[in-house]
Amino acid sequence: MDTQQALIRYCLRLGDTNLILGHRLSEMCSRGPMLEEDIALTNIALDHIGQAEVLLNHAAELENCGRTGDDLAYLRPEWEYYNLLLTEQPNVDFAYVIVRQYFIDLWQCLLYDHLRSSNDKILAGLATRFLKETLYHRRHSSSWIVRLGLGTEESLQRLVAAVGGLWKYTGEMFESDEVEQTLSAGGMVPDPGSLRGLWLDAVKSDFEKAAVSMPVSAHFSTGGRAGRHEEHLGHLLAEMQYLPRAFPGAIW
Amino acid sequence: MFMKNTVDSQGPIWEVFVQQKTGQPYRHAGSLHAFDKEMAIENARDLFTRRGESSGLWVVPAEAIIAVQPADSAPFFDPADDKVYRHPTFYQMPEGAKNI
Repeated sequence: MDTQQALIRYCLRLGDTNLILGHRLSEMCSRGPMLEEDIALTNIALDHIGQAEVLLNHAAELENCGRTGDDLAYLRPEWEYYNLLLTEQPNVDFAYVIVRQYFIDLWQCLLYDHLRSSNDKILAGLATRFLKETLYHRRHSSSWIVRLGLGTEESLQRLVAAVGGLWKYTGEMFESDEVEQTLSAGGMVPDPGSLRGLWLDAVKSDFEKAAVSMPVSAHFSTGGRAGRHEEHLGHLLAEMQYLPRAFPGAIW
Repeated sequence: MFMKNTVDSQGPIWEVFVQQKTGQPYRHAGSLHAFDKEMAIENARDLFTRRGESSGLWVVPAEAIIAVQPADSAPFFDPADDKVYRHPTFYQMPEGAKNI
């Protein structure tokens, strides 16, 4: 795999992960537990969609075959989306929303922090910009982890259920294939596996504060990065793609 | 105070003060709900600083603010009305002086 192809796929993976998570979070608009949290979640959704826009536009430029970033966002079939499975998991309840967000926030903070020193000037610049807002996302979600853990019996119960339900999707963040191998050999991206220890340490420390025990699970689900998704993504895409497919070229 | 019997499930009220630029005074921007300090400052950031430059943010539990009740406003404020001599209006303004 040449560097150019690897870079395109890398931008699609990271762009799709942001796009799908942003869309999932945007489904919470008007459904937050209170007005203030509703606005916080939609702000974060917009940040992710903004990151997706930049990454998909960059992928489209690198591809240079006439597709725009919007085409990539809205007109690909399901099996050409490369987001992490974690991001397509539905908003079961508020604890699921927060735990999913928390796992991604921690990972993105570590990833963007490393990407800042990438040999690829564009990736390094984007990561610097993304890191600022992602540090805030992490502050938001980790404070909720502690709040839910130390809150009521029910909030703790729901937190534990969400952690149990989502843990098996966390392994995918640290996987690598020839895309990451090609790019990390050239000093363009960190080796995903190298972030795992730091990520686990951060989770351990926050879970201790929240008085929640670490899940023990040997099995991790995988496939999203290769375009193999669970049933949820198709439904999400049907809604997300409806407008551009029903009214091609629609603008505001 | 008059709504003592209403149960509010969204947490206590906090007052938010925003500083637009370093050195400027903090101005009251509005209020919000939150269950703790961290949540209050995060909510304040999301509600009041997302569109503009801000250099400082304070949140204060609304119950920590002591306010004059409307019923007390006459004894508190009206006596100043007929004491014009308390205003520095009996001086000749030096020509060219600004910011007095």
